[in-house]
Amino acid sequence: MDKNNVSINHVREPLFHIAKRDRIAKPKAYAIRTVAILLSLIVSAIVIVCITGLNPLDVYVSMFKGAFGSNRRIWITIRDTMVLLCISVALAPAFKMKFWNIGAEGQVLVGGIVTAGIMIYFGEALPTPLLLVIMLGSSIVVGAIWGLIPAVFKAYFNTNETLFTLMMNYVAIQFTSFFVAKWENPFGSNSVGIINSRTKSGWFPAIAGQQYLLNVIVVAIITIGIYFYMRKSKQGYEISVVGESENTAKYAGINVKWVIIRTMVISGALCGLAGFIAVSGVDHTISTGTAGGRGFTAIIVAWMSKFNAFVMLAVSFFLVFLDQGAKEIASNFNLNEYASEMVTGIILFFILGCEFFINYKIIKRREDK
Amino acid sequence: MDGLFTLIQSAIAFGTIIMFGCVGETLSEKGGNLNLGVPGIMYLGGIASLAGAYGYENAVENPSKVIAFIVALVCAVAASVFGGLIYSFLTISLRANQNVTGLTLTIFGSGVANFFGGSLSKLAGGVGQISVPVTSSAYKVGIPGVNFGILVYVAIVVAFVAQYFLTGTRKGLNLRAVGENPATADAAGVNIVKYKYLATCIGAAISGLGGLYYVMDYTKGTWANDGSLENLGWLALALVIFTMWKPLNAIWGAYVFGVLFWLYYYVPGLGRSSQELFKMIPYVVTIIVLIIVSMRNKRENQAPASLGEAYFREDR
Repeated sequence: MDKNNVSINHVREPLFHIAKRDRIAKPKAYAIRTVAILLSLIVSAIVIVCITGLNPLDVYVSMFKGAFGSNRRIWITIRDTMVLLCISVALAPAFKMKFWNIGAEGQVLVGGIVTAGIMIYFGEALPTPLLLVIMLGSSIVVGAIWGLIPAVFKAYFNTNETLFTLMMNYVAIQFTSFFVAKWENPFGSNSVGIINSRTKSGWFPAIAGQQYLLNVIVVAIITIGIYFYMRKSKQGYEISVVGESENTAKYAGINVKWVIIRTMVISGALCGLAGFIAVSGVDHTISTGTAGGRGFTAIIVAWMSKFNAFVMLAVSFFLVFLDQGAKEIASNFNLNEYASEMVTGIILFFILGCEFFINYKIIKRREDK
Repeated sequence: MDGLFTLIQSAIAFGTIIMFGCVGETLSEKGGNLNLGVPGIMYLGGIASLAGAYGYENAVENPSKVIAFIVALVCAVAASVFGGLIYSFLTISLRANQNVTGLTLTIFGSGVANFFGGSLSKLAGGVGQISVPVTSSAYKVGIPGVNFGILVYVAIVVAFVAQYFLTGTRKGLNLRAVGENPATADAAGVNIVKYKYLATCIGAAISGLGGLYYVMDYTKGTWANDGSLENLGWLALALVIFTMWKPLNAIWGAYVFGVLFWLYYYVPGLGRSSQELFKMIPYVVTIIVLIIVSMRNKRENQAPASLGEAYFREDR
């Protein structure tokens, strides 16, 4: 072939082009993710060294100690993992349907407000088991309502659900501030304080001496339930059809509007339940920090796990580990605890980016002879 | 009367922060990229300007106002463009999900900002609060007799320019085409990747100015790890909806939000708890606008059609 021809070819064909993969072998997909996580840890290490001059290995070791250093710390890591997992599991059905429920933060908060209210007003009058049932029921109801509102407008008017649910968060946050100011104790502290700290009325009881075992049980039931709901039930199938293509769903005779509303009610209800766990089972108080950004973090967890309940457990655990670890670094090395968010951000960027190499392949230009 | 005057004054000061965020985000969304990282970008812009100004004022014996002004500006723009680039690379080149990437950017930005905000003085070996008197006074310069810094006027100019760009220029038309229907724009020969990158990064730079203004002017060159800048970022996102993706509306919309935000302060007889309910109004108003716009279903008031979706040429 003559030289001219080659050069023309080069102009025409770019250096590489991108094509969608039909499928990828699982080991290869996991290998790509592992490489991404390793790379992200290296980058985070470089950032840590540049900023602080500390030995990154020391930092990682102390992170590990922070999350697993003692029995109590292990339980705190488990406890926080459970709340995050619960919210992520709650979001999964909505996301599977391609309904962007960014409103978990608010749905958790309203569940938390109702729980705290019942603890405050009925804590003296009713026994704890009855209280728990009432709080469970009412947190589910208000969470469901908070999810229902954007869903109805999405179903009937195609109102943008990402923006709607995002705004609902702030309405919920202001409601929380309203009730915090109303219930503040002691007066002037601008916080509700630990509710029923003396009687522990309405608190999750310790099981077998473990304060947080009930949290684990409740979240495990929800996780397994949603797993089967999504994989084995007719409703779960309808959700995935609507998510893949609304037109297909309509053609198949699925009532799309109803599926959207039903799924968001479930999603909101479970988020409300997560608020119940956060207040009654963990914090025993209510503040705007009760959801603490976990409503947003859970979105990332659910998305990265491809809605697989068991991967969600692993990812939630990983993120809580990072958070606990970073808090430990902060106190050990006299740093600010926001370092954890920075490191989490870096790691998530890499994991998000690596999905590209799982879904697409890069085909290099053929070299001409 | 006096109360009304101060209310309007604080509304304008407040509105300027979210006006920057809103105009920047509008540009990005017009290109089809819903960037939920606006709070993170505003954080990055704010902290970078503070760090730059702090570094400069501490390094030089007699810091000059002009140089301090430029240093803070360059740092803010560079950091926010950096944030925009991360977002663009992940969502445009690597086609990661926009919502998740944006939220991650917000986590990252707030982490970086609050980390440095909390430890800047300690890392530099000093004690106490950070303060950058020279730089912040440089940003306070404005029209004599009017109590606004220069960025208040810059925000209005930027909104006008953005409106003109989107509606009055061919490039703006192309950008809107990219946001509405990238496949058609691609077929018409518009470079989708270039437009999306530029819109998102320039948008990020404008949003970052909101952070710069917040730190240098609104809080007078200080830093508090109280998450207020993050809330303002979300409010800027709300404002984009409120303005129906039109930068000119952002000018009065931002001030209306400012009035709504400060109104509780001027309504007599409100308890502390009812004040909190008042602060809900901007969000509720945004929801109502969102609902009405979707019910009336007029094309020109809607979000760009491809908003939130990655474009892949071979997807058909």
